[in-house]
Amino acid sequence: MPAFLKSPLRRGTAVLAIAALALTGCAQSERDDSSESSEGGGTFVFAGSAEPVALDPFFASDGETFRVSRQIFEGLVGTKPGTADPAPLLATDWSVSDDGLTYTFTLRDDVKFQDDSDFDAEAVCFNFDRWYNMPESAQTDDLTYYYATLFRGFKTGPRADEAIYDSCSADSPTEATITLKKPFAGFLAAMSMPAFSMQSPTALEEYQDDAASNPRTTEYSTAHPVGTGPFTFGKWERGKQVTLEANADYWGEKPAIDQAVIVAIDDPKARAAALANGEIDGFDLVGPADIASLEDQGFQIENRDPFNVLYLGMNQKVKPLDDPLVRQAIAHALDKDGIVNASMPEGTETALEFVPPTVTGYTEDVTTYEYDPDKARQLLEQAGAVGATIEFNYPTGVSRPYMPQPEDTFNVIRSQLEAVGLKVKPTADQWDPDYLEKIQGTAKHGIHLLGWTGDYNDTDNFLGVFFGTPTAEWGFTNQKLFDDLKEARGLPTVEEQKPVYEKINQEVMDYLPGVPLAHPVPSLAFSPDVQGYQPSPVQDEVWNTISIG
Amino acid sequence: MLRFVLRRLAQMVPVLVGLSLLLFAWVRALPGDPARALLGERATPEGLARVNEAYGFDQPVLAQYFIYVKALLQGDFGASIQTGQPVMDSFLERFPATIELGLTALLLAVVVGVPLGYLAARHQGRLLDTVVVSGSLLGVVTPVFFLAILLKLVFADTLHWLPTALRQNPRIDATHITNFYVLDGLLTQEWDAAWDAMVHLVLPAIALGTIPLAIIVRITRASVAEVMHEDYVRTAEAKGLAASTISRRHVLRNALLPVVTTIGLQAGLLFAGAVLTETVFAFNGIGQYLFEAIGRRDYPVLQGFILFIAIVYSLINLLVDLSYGLIDPRVRTG
Repeated sequence: MPAFLKSPLRRGTAVLAIAALALTGCAQSERDDSSESSEGGGTFVFAGSAEPVALDPFFASDGETFRVSRQIFEGLVGTKPGTADPAPLLATDWSVSDDGLTYTFTLRDDVKFQDDSDFDAEAVCFNFDRWYNMPESAQTDDLTYYYATLFRGFKTGPRADEAIYDSCSADSPTEATITLKKPFAGFLAAMSMPAFSMQSPTALEEYQDDAASNPRTTEYSTAHPVGTGPFTFGKWERGKQVTLEANADYWGEKPAIDQAVIVAIDDPKARAAALANGEIDGFDLVGPADIASLEDQGFQIENRDPFNVLYLGMNQKVKPLDDPLVRQAIAHALDKDGIVNASMPEGTETALEFVPPTVTGYTEDVTTYEYDPDKARQLLEQAGAVGATIEFNYPTGVSRPYMPQPEDTFNVIRSQLEAVGLKVKPTADQWDPDYLEKIQGTAKHGIHLLGWTGDYNDTDNFLGVFFGTPTAEWGFTNQKLFDDLKEARGLPTVEEQKPVYEKINQEVMDYLPGVPLAHPVPSLAFSPDVQGYQPSPVQDEVWNTISIG
Repeated sequence: MLRFVLRRLAQMVPVLVGLSLLLFAWVRALPGDPARALLGERATPEGLARVNEAYGFDQPVLAQYFIYVKALLQGDFGASIQTGQPVMDSFLERFPATIELGLTALLLAVVVGVPLGYLAARHQGRLLDTVVVSGSLLGVVTPVFFLAILLKLVFADTLHWLPTALRQNPRIDATHITNFYVLDGLLTQEWDAAWDAMVHLVLPAIALGTIPLAIIVRITRASVAEVMHEDYVRTAEAKGLAASTISRRHVLRNALLPVVTTIGLQAGLLFAGAVLTETVFAFNGIGQYLFEAIGRRDYPVLQGFILFIAIVYSLINLLVDLSYGLIDPRVRTG
């Protein structure tokens, strides 16, 4: 044996080195070399804030899952570009009975699922019946939030009696009729949500098991989602990225790009840095502080029309917030323009009421509380609350589309309240789960910052969420308001609902359970090469319109 | 040797049992409610009740513990509350990232730390020694997350010399077999993928490896300094052996035992540093996932991941103990 190999350590090192050399190249590359030479539109790389939870959108309620599913799936109803208004998609037309219980959809006749099976009325009914027949094990809010909330219940389970879905009939291959047990005026708008996308019955029957211990982890939900959209599923490397391929057989405008890759980068600053480094082509939820810097570097900033509201909630279980005069005083103490300028992105509008202007039932004819510190002081004197201490709860470690910089917003409001003679006791909590637990689960809070981004164009998706029932957040019981909202929800058509919701908006602003502050503008950022991205207030953003270069 | 290994493995069992109980109690002592974390702003009292019932969180704690232990004994570590993915699968998917990062950090710490420590000992009292000692002190006191953020800010975000996040450029169509990205690139001869993965390792590895490097420098320095004054070294010098032979055969080999122990301890502690480093660099290893699970109160992930880390840590220490025999034949195990 050579002298230099007499040492066991050297022998071991030599063996390792030889093994390393031998291993190199002993595995097969899965690269598709043909794609390098083909003419194509390139790969669009987009960074969201988190991974999807599953690839079956029915079992999701988060924006990141929907971002992926919007590319693969489509519903009967879409939205008009750049708005929250329903528009034809897989259904070209529809009619609604006068009692609001029957919806007849005329379907496109040129659509196939990505597995080449037919999209037709039978497929529509398959999907509706699948949702209705979900086993009880899948009926929890984390799995089927949207269906349970909007359709009220399933065929089985504790809420079966409340379920509003009755049946679906395939009258012809291109005509499907949905029958409801109770009117649901927001039905059409709700059908634009990714949770109610049309999924391939063939693929579902082969790969999905809704009765599995967790239907999000089935083969369908993790590796075989099949829709009708402009992108097909490529692969999901958990912890790395989701890759989608352009659907060459798509019935509509075919993608100009070959591939879309969605990665998850939690920190907005890291997303901005990744864009600056050229590692990604675009990202969502741009931090307000990064907008100017990105624009200076030549990147594009696209704003979504806001479909949200930020408000200052007031817990009436805590004195003196139960006094309307004090609540009005707080409203008059707030300079909303100042709050917006100091802590929100450019383009943000101040809020008149608890719904954004694009939502049905919005009206400018509501009681407004102009910025008037003198009036605020006067009202506090009247209420005997001058110098009162008010706990002000705000979250840390979070940036939401409706609340991009809560600490900054808090600071501005605090100074405005102190200027009219109130004493503010600040209480900061980590957003998840401490802050939400405190604000929504207990009465141990005073005034607080919170908000909501709408899911679809329905006033109930705002006012019903906030004030539909007594909650720990608001701490009040206003039976008239609860009843009015319940009645409005039950009206059969949007046209009938509109004047009712306008009245309710007036009622809410008279009652003033909180102060609506603003409708912040969420922003996306893109490299200069990216063209054609169409922002949507409800994030109905499909990437077949994007080109690179 | 075999008896030693088996004995050590058997000793792990009661430790892991005790740890599982502690973990179970600890995660439930955390403030916050996993159902609330799951539903977020969409939580309603009825929705929370349904989720708590579905996941058994409404059961008495003791009942929950027995269900947990029964599942553990059947090899079922549970599933993430957030995604439903089995905890074992999540761990195995992300484990290679952390190992790759940890190994790189440790390699950096050893390859730089041992020679630096040796040189400092050989030049004790001189400028080099002073610089090395001061530098190592700075390395030890600098928090990992602070260093990670600083490195990212300077070299990635400002100078754009290195990537700011992730393990690999998403544009690279890389084949992943083992999920060790550098290794996968070498195995498949996708050299661009291997190189890109190495480049993505640089900043996180420096951030993670700085404290171990500093400690290894100090231990090596102290150990070498002690051995250098031993009689057998003086005898070797008197006998006229070459300086390199004395260093290699007599000084380093005898000085290495405490260094190896330190390396073993640091290897385990790297997991702790990985939580923050991976989060700063969005590195998608078990550290980042654990950090997210804490915020989500994802009990099964917290319990399972920390248990797995404890097992890996124990195995690493076993390997360290076994390596003593290689370095010093007088030390025999078994």
